[in-house]
Amino acid sequence: MSLRTVTPPDPQTLLQGAPPRKRRQLRRAGESYGFLAPTLILLFVLMIVPIVMVIGYSFQDNVILKSSSEFAGADNYVTVLTDPAFWKATGNTVFFSTVSVAVHLVLGLTFAMLLNSPLISVTSRAIFRALYVLPWLFTAAVIAVLWRMLLSPNGIVNFLLNTDVEWLADPQLALGTATFINIWAGYPFFMVSLLAGLQGIPQDLHEAASIDGASQVQRFWNVTIPQLRPIIISLLLLDLIWTSQQFALIWLTTGGGPIDVTEMLSTYTYKLAFANYDFSLAATAAVLILLMSLVLAVLYVRHQKARD
Amino acid sequence: MSTHRRTRSRARLLTGIATAASIIALTACGSGGSASEEAGGDVTIEFAQWWEPELPDGEFRSLIDTFEEENPGITVDLVSGPYASTKEQLFAGAASGTMPDVVGLDGAWVSDFAEQGVIADLTPLLEDAGFDDSQLVSQVKVDDSTYMVPVVNFVYPMFTNDDLLSQAGVSAPPETRTEFSDAAKSISDLDGDASGWVLPLSLEAPNGVQNDVMSWAWASGGTMLKDGQPDLTNDDVTSAVDFIGGMWDDGVIAPGSFTMKEQDKVEEFTNGRVGMMIDSLAHINLIRETNPDLKFSISAVPAADDYTGERGIPYASWGIGVAENSENKDAAAKLVSFLMSEDTNSELSTMANAFPGNTGSVPEFVEDDELFKTAFDIYQAGYPANEFVGLPVAEELMRQLGAQLQSAFDGQQSLSEALEKAQTEWEGEF
Repeated sequence: MSLRTVTPPDPQTLLQGAPPRKRRQLRRAGESYGFLAPTLILLFVLMIVPIVMVIGYSFQDNVILKSSSEFAGADNYVTVLTDPAFWKATGNTVFFSTVSVAVHLVLGLTFAMLLNSPLISVTSRAIFRALYVLPWLFTAAVIAVLWRMLLSPNGIVNFLLNTDVEWLADPQLALGTATFINIWAGYPFFMVSLLAGLQGIPQDLHEAASIDGASQVQRFWNVTIPQLRPIIISLLLLDLIWTSQQFALIWLTTGGGPIDVTEMLSTYTYKLAFANYDFSLAATAAVLILLMSLVLAVLYVRHQKARD
Repeated sequence: MSTHRRTRSRARLLTGIATAASIIALTACGSGGSASEEAGGDVTIEFAQWWEPELPDGEFRSLIDTFEEENPGITVDLVSGPYASTKEQLFAGAASGTMPDVVGLDGAWVSDFAEQGVIADLTPLLEDAGFDDSQLVSQVKVDDSTYMVPVVNFVYPMFTNDDLLSQAGVSAPPETRTEFSDAAKSISDLDGDASGWVLPLSLEAPNGVQNDVMSWAWASGGTMLKDGQPDLTNDDVTSAVDFIGGMWDDGVIAPGSFTMKEQDKVEEFTNGRVGMMIDSLAHINLIRETNPDLKFSISAVPAADDYTGERGIPYASWGIGVAENSENKDAAAKLVSFLMSEDTNSELSTMANAFPGNTGSVPEFVEDDELFKTAFDIYQAGYPANEFVGLPVAEELMRQLGAQLQSAFDGQQSLSEALEKAQTEWEGEF
């Protein structure tokens, strides 16, 4: 038996007549947009407007600092793309980013597996986790000052090694040293994320593999890595995007020098804007970096979609 | 739909619209002029500078309080930050037309700001404020208009570590380049890790090119310009750079030059790891406080062996200017006149351990302190020399020359090639 409830007619509706369907739809749409508005406005003001303005600047000359800016077509792009310093900075950025990300992964995974080991007690795990995560807590400025002091020719590293190496000032070593500092600063992000991933792998998978006679190494490659793969790919893409945009650490440790051996796309763009005051060329370099980052971002989004 | 549900639905709609409206309202509140005119004709002017944090706590504010007492109706809002932040803030303000009314200026920025038309010609403003500009030690001009007045000047003499020099058998601070390089070698040859000289060539803060490289040319009456255009390959600059290159090859320069900044240089000297440096007088107290046991002297930067003329001594200034977009230029000019007046300028230069921008002002430390007295004598015996002041993209010029010198010192090119390449790069900027 089913009950039917009859809704009594609304007296106001009876008096005014039913609102037209269109009005109701409009009101619903207005309501939705009202709630979306704060986010849309923020996105528009903080993302769309600056990006469109920068893209606009890249096609003009004498922007910002002079009132006589004029359309320059693709001239700025030709200037930047034919500048050897841009390509040097691109090469340095590729080296810095790929090496940093690769070592971040290896170190992060190693430490995560050590921390996930059943041989370590809960207390020791908490202590080591806090210790290993420390570099992630420091800001780039603190990391830069810290390592500048440690690696100075009279610093503690040279004292301990009994050497007098100019780690950051030697053109042959500076890029490697800056990459090392970035690796130190960034591995905890991988470690923490991968540790969470490791703890989420069902134990019965390992047990099943053991029963099948799989060795530790075989279990690592055939159980652990496939289970972590989605996390690893996300981390790699995110880290590649972040590292390729690293500015503060490079600027505060070497300023892009010695000569141009640690010049990155970020420092190259900064110098164009705030040393040459050529905001048109700086905007052009920024747009080119945006395009490069966009490739990585698209890969990341596609990967995320595939996961969903 | 029941009345209750509809009311709730309306309330949700109104909440959404109200949230959006409040965001728009808040965004709109964020914009506004740099100065404001209040009721009764009172004005508030903004003064952006990096000086307050570099002076003893509260002293600069109390100087400004005196100005406010003398000029009822004018309130000064001090916008203080470190040098680099002030620079970025001013360049952003110049771009957006929201520069503070009165601005602290570095000589290196003047040309760019003047070209943008964001700082005002000070001559008519000071005249209207009743200030006689013949009292000014110097004025920084672009196209014959004064855009900056140096409020106080920091000179860069040579500092020598007395103990290291005497251990190296050098009885007096060197006066010529040969004496200097000999002294540097003797110090470097001592047991221990001390180097003769320190040369900061960081590309992040490239002012070492001005203070530690070009100072050698200026000290011998040299110049890096010809008719206002770059002339880096002339004999003055070439001989100065060759001299530095000789010391580099001799290994008497402290390690780490290529990433060393001014503060690293001072630290190396303060800790007794270098025998000699060219540095700002402003650091005397810092060195004394950090290492009270260090005995050091101040002398003029050594000149070429056969040079007998007046010596140029590098300097840096705390300059002041007025924003073109200021709605209260009269009040701004009054503040500039106040800071440049004889008494205030004496007081400010005493606070800053700098030399005054007013010809009649005498800082107290000149009478109280032997080292400052020596520096003042050096200052008066020579002439202030800093050819980077007023040049376009001055910092970038320093960076370009610095990078070429690094490349030469690293053996990738000769010093003459470095100067030629830097000359070409500089020509592109003028």
